[in-house]
Amino acid sequence: MKALLIRDLMLAIRAGGGFGLGLAFFLIVTVLVPFGVGPQTELLSRIAPGILWIGALLACLLSLDRILALDWEDGSLDLLATAPLPMEGIVSIKALAHWITTGLPLVLAAPVLGVLLSLPVPAYQWVVISLAVGTPALSVIGTFGAALTVGLKRGGLLMSLLVLPLYVPTLIFGAEVARRGAEGLTVQTPLLLLAGISFGVIALLPFASAAVLRINLR
Amino acid sequence: MVLTVRDLAVTRGGLAILEGVSFDLSAGEALVLRGPNGIGKTTLLRSVAGLQPPEGGTVTRAEDQIAYAAHSNGLKAMLSVTENLKFWASVFGLSDIEPALEAFDLKELRNRMAGTLSAGQKRRLGLARLMVTGRPIWVLDEPTVSLDVASVALFAEAVRRHLQGGGSALMATHIDLGLDEARVLDLTPFKAAPRTRQMDEAFL
Repeated sequence: MKALLIRDLMLAIRAGGGFGLGLAFFLIVTVLVPFGVGPQTELLSRIAPGILWIGALLACLLSLDRILALDWEDGSLDLLATAPLPMEGIVSIKALAHWITTGLPLVLAAPVLGVLLSLPVPAYQWVVISLAVGTPALSVIGTFGAALTVGLKRGGLLMSLLVLPLYVPTLIFGAEVARRGAEGLTVQTPLLLLAGISFGVIALLPFASAAVLRINLR
Repeated sequence: MVLTVRDLAVTRGGLAILEGVSFDLSAGEALVLRGPNGIGKTTLLRSVAGLQPPEGGTVTRAEDQIAYAAHSNGLKAMLSVTENLKFWASVFGLSDIEPALEAFDLKELRNRMAGTLSAGQKRRLGLARLMVTGRPIWVLDEPTVSLDVASVALFAEAVRRHLQGGGSALMATHIDLGLDEARVLDLTPFKAAPRTRQMDEAFL
């Protein structure tokens, strides 16, 4: 399992890997939004937490179909299925690798890019915390979507349609944490719900992903 | 018997293609599957490897005994030859890749990226992967595709050593490997009678 994680991280960093794709998209969104909204600092700082969350979510979505499709195309998914690794472990590691290469950079980049959106000062820590708590859920749910559509031609479109509704609760509570943090309100309830979603999907979805992956490999 | 197949029936794309296939494989033995294109060699091998549930019949084997090699090699273009092999070795809990590199004449290519290898060299690397699994039953689907005569000889030698070491091999191939000890099973007589299956799979 460690070998699989190291391999996935190595592949992501090497030329042609997925590392930086999500980050670049996130950067583009947050740089362009101020131009689109115009010179209204007050409006911008009000929508900043939401924009950061939507940007992070779409950036995650962008790289989802690479999670399993690449391994399926070159046949390594078949070989991994016959290896002594449990399928649940394989999909969990894949999700973890996706989070490390996509989610984690977004969390780290968010405070820097928050400056561009004139994010209110008290919101910085809550944006970072909410993204740190919420993005693992995005990766795990995304892996489930990728497992559902692996092997389908043009599966990326179908996967986006399947995954986006599942992302909505995470987005609502994540953005709510950041928004309440920005206004200096208490964030406990949405933060607990966000953490609940993350832990819930981390605990349950790998089993679902493994089951659909087994069916898809037939 | 390390592998016993009884009355196996397999389907591809919802159509029954083979039925009533039975054979045994014991340690030190090789079985070569023959048959025209589309007869179901690949599907049969996938069923034996456990990737696809059989439509009928049984495949009896011990758990975690099979090393499967498909048409595609499962190589990562951006990893070097050594890194590719090391990865599969550690997945299977082994670490020594030198004998595998040696057996398939890959030592000089060890630091090259797998993406820059020729088709035959990739195939050799894909077959070298079998040796780092440490598993006794090799299930091979057209192992000699894009190999030249010298490489086929290397492969036959590797199989022979594997058999001598108590392993066994089940392979689908059209060319003669020069393995005298290999039995041949022609799948043509097991072709399933044409019929449509109850199409309920999509709803399950």
